[in-house]
Amino acid sequence: MAETTFSHAPTSLRPDGMRGFVADWSSDQRAFKNVSWGKAMMWIFLLSDTFVFGCFLLAYMTARMSTRVPWPNPSEVFALHLFGRDIPLILIAIMTFVLISSSGTMAMAVNFGYRRDRKRTAILMLLTAALGATFVGMQAFEWSKLIAEGVRPWENPWGAAQFGSSFFMITGFHGTHVTIGVIFLLIVARKVWRGDYDTGARGFFTSRRGSYENVEIMGLYWHFVDLVWVFIFAFFYLW
Amino acid sequence: MAEATAHGISSLHGSDAPAAAHAETHQEHPIKLYLVVWVWLFILSACSYMVDYLHLEGALRWSLILIFMILKAGLIVAVFMHMAWERLALVYAILVPPIAILVFVWIMTVESDYTLWTRLTFFGAGP
Repeated sequence: MAETTFSHAPTSLRPDGMRGFVADWSSDQRAFKNVSWGKAMMWIFLLSDTFVFGCFLLAYMTARMSTRVPWPNPSEVFALHLFGRDIPLILIAIMTFVLISSSGTMAMAVNFGYRRDRKRTAILMLLTAALGATFVGMQAFEWSKLIAEGVRPWENPWGAAQFGSSFFMITGFHGTHVTIGVIFLLIVARKVWRGDYDTGARGFFTSRRGSYENVEIMGLYWHFVDLVWVFIFAFFYLW
Repeated sequence: MAEATAHGISSLHGSDAPAAAHAETHQEHPIKLYLVVWVWLFILSACSYMVDYLHLEGALRWSLILIFMILKAGLIVAVFMHMAWERLALVYAILVPPIAILVFVWIMTVESDYTLWTRLTFFGAGP
């Protein structure tokens, strides 16, 4: 079972810009010339996930715009009592910094992967997974705090009932994505550590030979999780 | 495209595929670039947190939130996800379809304005 081969000219000979766009899409072969099937499929999956989260945020927007009841002030709802005073949104701010840091370590892991630095790649991926797990842990803390204060999907003590359902649905779905990402990070980090991508060992799922590009594809997913949080942070917590 | 290097492909793809058959390029960029973007993401996040901390209100608050959000999203997609160095065929395939979401936003804005109007008309102002 040989891998698919392509007989194109090198990418450097292809036209760039708009001419390149038209030429690639009309070439009747494959549209994404210098991108492997794995990376293209991850991008298309992320596009579909964009629509999922887009619809969630839209549902939240519609609920918030159409209710007669005042919306609870997220700045006060998510405040923590620290150092003798209430600091607004502080837990969410820390979670944001944790997730951005994990995105940074992931980008470095991809870079060291292409330099075939097995150890640094694996360590940075494990660090990314640890930061991701920290994020999920803080989210669990936030959820239990809000549930203890009486927030439910159908009611809450401060205002519009839709606040609870929007909150649990959006952050719950995002937290699930982070959790799945942590699991995949651990799997890929183990493969890197074992040297699977140096020897070209076949994967357990697709039986295809892996390469360090798998780290970059994993990174695409992880950065997307961070990207979604940027939008949730802006629209749900700050708005 | 200049920064994306294509070397090392033959060794990466194992021995059962002819090296010249693959035209895929790798995204390899200097580490410093990632660190600079990382620092900027921290700064922008701190700025968007300050919007809330300083209790900015109204149009100023909303426009600042949107500006910082778009800058952060752009940095992540362009540099961390390497979209800046991809060919336009992929860039357009991924970045154009989400425009449909913006159309959906407009539709749902009209719809929720109408819903709010009916609620205020038939149930009166909120409790």
